[in-house]
Amino acid sequence: MAEQLLIQLLIGLSSGMILALVASGLTLIFGIMDVVNFAHGELFMLGAYVGTTVLVATGSFWLALLVASVTIALLGAGLHITTLRPLLGRDPLTTILATFGLSLVLQNYALWQYGPVARKIQEPITSQFQFFHIQFPWYRIVIALLSAAIIGALWLFLKYGKYGIWIRATTQDRIMASAMGIPVPLVHTAVFAIGSAMAAASGVLFGPLVGVNHAMGLDWILKAFIVVVVGGMGNLAGSILASLLVSLLEAFASLWVSPAQAVIVSFVVLILTLLFRPTGLFVPTPK
Amino acid sequence: MLTVEAIHTYYGKSHILHGVSLEVSPGEVVGLLGRNGVGKSTTLKTIMGLIHPTEGRIVFEGQPITRTVPHRLARLGIGYVPEDRRIFRLLTVLENLRTGLDRNGVTEERKKVLLDKVYQYFPVLAERRYQAGGTLSGGEQQMLAIARAMMLEPKIILLDEPTEGLMPKMVTQIREIITLLHQEGVAILLVEQNVPLTLAVSSRIYIMEKGVVRHHATAAALRSDDSVIHQYLGV
Repeated sequence: MAEQLLIQLLIGLSSGMILALVASGLTLIFGIMDVVNFAHGELFMLGAYVGTTVLVATGSFWLALLVASVTIALLGAGLHITTLRPLLGRDPLTTILATFGLSLVLQNYALWQYGPVARKIQEPITSQFQFFHIQFPWYRIVIALLSAAIIGALWLFLKYGKYGIWIRATTQDRIMASAMGIPVPLVHTAVFAIGSAMAAASGVLFGPLVGVNHAMGLDWILKAFIVVVVGGMGNLAGSILASLLVSLLEAFASLWVSPAQAVIVSFVVLILTLLFRPTGLFVPTPK
Repeated sequence: MLTVEAIHTYYGKSHILHGVSLEVSPGEVVGLLGRNGVGKSTTLKTIMGLIHPTEGRIVFEGQPITRTVPHRLARLGIGYVPEDRRIFRLLTVLENLRTGLDRNGVTEERKKVLLDKVYQYFPVLAERRYQAGGTLSGGEQQMLAIARAMMLEPKIILLDEPTEGLMPKMVTQIREIITLLHQEGVAILLVEQNVPLTLAVSSRIYIMEKGVVRHHATAAALRSDDSVIHQYLGV
C-alpha cells in the first residue's frame, strides 16, 4: 500500500506541475486585466501543432519547444492588440465573448489546417526507470521539472525585474500605474504574450503524452479553470498550489476508482471551494 | 508652463467642470481652494489625462496635451499625487518608488541620487523600504505618494489634499516638503482644504465654486483680506 501511495504521489506531482504551467498563464492574464481567457486552451493546442511542425522539419524537440513558444507569444500579442485592447474598460462580459469567439475560430482553423487525425509528438527522452513495481518514464519527471523551472523563472522576473514591477503595479492599480509613466496597454499586451507562450510551452511538453488534435485544449483548460478558481482568481501562488492539490487528490483517488472517475475529485474540490471559500483556498482571508 | 483653458469635464452624465481656466508658471506654487465637491480633484484628474475634457484645451510647455494619455504626461514631467494616495499596497516601499524610477535614460547613479534625496527628505521611508506599502500608516503613505511622484523628476506636481486626515505633526512635515520642492524649482498645483497652509505656501490662489473658478488673487492679497475666503469657503 505504501508503495502504491508513493507511486501515486509521483504521478500526482508530475501532472500537477504541468497543470500549474497552464494555469499560471491563465491566472496571470486574469490578474492583470480581468480577462478570463477562454482561448487559452487553443493557444495550448496551437503551440503543440507548431511544435509538431518544427519537430518534423528539424528533428529537435527542444527547438520545437522554443519556436512554438515564441510563435504563439507573437500570435497572442497580435490577438490581444486586435481583439482585447479595444475592449479595455468595457463590461467583462464582452471580453468573455471575445475570447470565446477566438477559441472557436482557432479550433476550427486547426481542424481545417491540420485535419481531424491526431498527430504524435515523439518525446525527446524515452527511457524509463524502475519505481517499485512500475516502469516510470523519465520524460514525465523532466516535464515536471521544466514546468517548475519556467514557473520559477516567471516568479523571479515578476519579483525582481523592472518589467516585473511594472506588471505587479499594473495588476494592483491600473490608473495609478499609468500616472507613474507605466505604458499600461503595452504591459497588457506583453503579459498576454507571456501567458500565451506558457500555454504553448505546456502544449508541446504535454503533446507526447496525449497526442495532438484540435480539441486537446478542452480538457486541460477546464482543469486549469478549476484550479485558477480554487487557488483564488489572479493569484499565481494559489493557482500553483491548487494545481498540485487537485492533481494529487486525483492521483490518490484513482487508487480506488478508475482514473476517468477520479476526475470527479476536481469538481468536488471546486464545488466545496465555491460553497465555503469563494475567494479561493490559498488567499488570505479578506478583512 | 501649464495652461488650462475653459475645460468642461463629465463623469458619465454629470457635468462636473463648467469651463475651468487656470495657469501655472515654472517653479510656481499655486493653490486651488473650494468647498467639497466643486471639482478641484476633477480638475487635477483632467490635467493628468485620467478623464478627458469634452471641451477646452490644456497646454503644457507649449504642447497641447488635452487628449494625451497619462503615461506620456508622466514622461513629459507631470507628477500626480492623488487624494486617496493610491499606494501600490502589495509592492514594497522601494518598489513603489521604482515604478517612477525605472524609466529609459535614467542612469544607475542618477537613480541612487534620486533615492538618496527622498530618503533624506523622508527618513521613515528609508527605514521601511522593504516593507509592503499597504502596511504604512496614513501619514507615511502620503509621504510615499509624494516621494513616488518625485521619482519622475517632474517639472510640476499635481498635489491633491496632501494633509487630509493627517496629524498636525505630519501636516508640518508636508508643508516643509512643499517648501523644499518649491526651492528646487518644481511647480506645484495644490488642492487643499487647509486654507492657512495653502495661503502660506502658494504665490497665487484660485477659488472654485460649482465647477468654475470664481476668484483669482495673489496669496498675499488673500492673507491681508480674508473676506473673499470667508465668502466662498465659509471659514
